[in-house]
Amino acid sequence: MPKVLMKGNEAIAEAAIRAGCLNYFAYPITPQSEVAEYLSWRMPEVNGVFLQGESEVAVSYMIFGAAGAGVRVFTTSSSPGISLMSEAISYLCGAQLPAVFVNIMRGGPGLGGILPSQADYLQATKGIGHGDCRLLVMAPASVQEAAEMVMTAFPLAEKYRNPVMILGDGLIGQMMEPVEFPDQLKSEASNKDGWATNGMDHRGSTTRNLVKSLFLDAEQLNDNNLILRAKYERMKKEDVRWECWNTEETYDALIVSYGTMSRVCKTAISMLKEEGIEVGLVRPQTLFPFPEQAVRQAAQKEGCRVVLSVEMSMGQMVEDVERCVQGALPVKWYGKCGGDVPTPEEIIDLVKTTLSSL
Amino acid sequence: MAKTFKKPDCMTDQKTHYCPGCTHGIIHRLVAETIDELGIRGRTVGIAPVGCAVLAYNYIDCDFQEAAHGRAPAMATGIKRVRPDLMVFTYQGDGDLASIGMGEIIHAANRGEKFTTIFVNNAIYGMTGGQMAPTTMPNQRTTTTPFGRKSDEVGMPIRVAELLGTLVTPGYITRQTVISPKYIQKAKRAIKQAFIYQMEKRCYSLVEVLSTCPTNWGMTPQDALQWVQDVLMPYYPLGDVKVPDSEKVTEAAAGTAN
Ligand SMILES: Cc1ncc(C[n+]2csc(CCOP(=O)(O)OP(=O)(O)O)c2C)c(N)n1
Ligand code: SF4
Repeated sequence: MPKVLMKGNEAIAEAAIRAGCLNYFAYPITPQSEVAEYLSWRMPEVNGVFLQGESEVAVSYMIFGAAGAGVRVFTTSSSPGISLMSEAISYLCGAQLPAVFVNIMRGGPGLGGILPSQADYLQATKGIGHGDCRLLVMAPASVQEAAEMVMTAFPLAEKYRNPVMILGDGLIGQMMEPVEFPDQLKSEASNKDGWATNGMDHRGSTTRNLVKSLFLDAEQLNDNNLILRAKYERMKKEDVRWECWNTEETYDALIVSYGTMSRVCKTAISMLKEEGIEVGLVRPQTLFPFPEQAVRQAAQKEGCRVVLSVEMSMGQMVEDVERCVQGALPVKWYGKCGGDVPTPEEIIDLVKTTLSSL
Repeated sequence: MAKTFKKPDCMTDQKTHYCPGCTHGIIHRLVAETIDELGIRGRTVGIAPVGCAVLAYNYIDCDFQEAAHGRAPAMATGIKRVRPDLMVFTYQGDGDLASIGMGEIIHAANRGEKFTTIFVNNAIYGMTGGQMAPTTMPNQRTTTTPFGRKSDEVGMPIRVAELLGTLVTPGYITRQTVISPKYIQKAKRAIKQAFIYQMEKRCYSLVEVLSTCPTNWGMTPQDALQWVQDVLMPYYPLGDVKVPDSEKVTEAAAGTAN
């Protein structure tokens, strides 16, 4: 299929359909309402399900019900809406149900603002709900990558029987870029007859399935948590993704940055190169699991004197970066989160002043 | 000799965890009998609430999902929208449905979702030890209204059936009780009718059932049944609040002819 020019939000919507997800429930919120608007006409075209729920709370449980019934299902929202969905996300993890949540982040806390932000990093990667639950979190840096991540999110959610989140900043949702989709709809989802409440007749079985997260017995609850833990450990082994950029030769500083912010950093790094200053970049594509090895190795490279975590937040990912660098080098944070994306000039300044202060 | 009265196929052999004299068990049985009689066990999905009936799936033997507190109607919506061929019912207490889950029930009913709700109104929070519910009666003592419910502070009990009956969208909304065989038979007919409306894809259906909680009411099972009769039934009248009318009637009610 030829490339088409699309807004990120629309590409996310279309990508879900191409991935064979024909069920969508949502509640409007800026800056991602275009997903719902697009799917309100597109889902009927493919005989899919579109429903605007009465709140993000309700929507997240519509997702639970549908996922429990064994179909591919997803929703999209933005920061305050995701906070309301976090109860259900915990229940989905506990009951081991696959579903995809897209968070096109806006500034917070509270009502915050409607401009781009990356301030839900900690929520997405460490505190998405009560209990020991985790999401596999993917962070796209372009419209094309957003579409591709959506298409991989469904099989990944099914592989782990766990929700997957696409964490994009507002720019990813709003900007227009060329994007290419596969022609064919992706193959059907994995067989869910072993656990889905899809009706005994439907799966030709005489025993019923239960979807639940309540384990009143301490040992059984611990066992369920051990199953979840094993899945999260497996994610770290099998599905951690990242991009290394300008790291083949030596560099004076390493930047860790993701999403839109990483693109600005790349521009800054190219400009610094012309001045003879080399900076490497690690761009996490999965935020959980975090590319620990990649960051650690890149920081250990001969000649690297400092690691900078550049993010559109007041310093969230930097906690993971510090954890990976383990005190071997100074780790500094730089960021903004009112909605203005730091400019290449700011990053250049940051690198120069940091290097000269060491 | 043929058995004329037996355990429904749709019930497991487990003894229930319900307190002596609690009528949750009777209501479970009516649901199970209905599923048997309609022959729909193989395509039914129940949704258990958070409340004393959270373990309903231990007794009613069909596919089940366990809800978060109050969210069963949203889950039922999710299931029914993606699999309209399944028969879906939620089983909810009055704290679950009329307090934390009030938003979800109103919107599910208003969308006319084609599932059935069994709403067990025992005028109290049973599972958490007898706190006030939105349905608690004026002056009724609970563990959070030790001097009795004060209506001037927390309002009057909510009549859920009547409230949902105000919605213009067609629906089947009825209130029943299970305090004696006569009422049990009527409740059974209502539950079956509710499922039939769902089967026919007619409308949303809800059966409110006045139920007992002798443990948290601090009464003997016998007194609890009497209290339903003397105190609950005058405030919560039994009978159909709404039946699915022809479209004409609802349009007239909405005041929109086109
Ligand atoms: C989000 C949340 N808040 C509170 C609770 C605690 N809780 C469990 S059951 C319940 C009330 C149940 O009462 P009701 O719905 O009337 O059912 P009953 O037990 O009387 O049958 C509450 C408040 C919970 N489990 N989850
Ligand atoms: S606490 Fe009340 S509602 Fe719960 S099982 Fe006992 S009597 Fe029934």
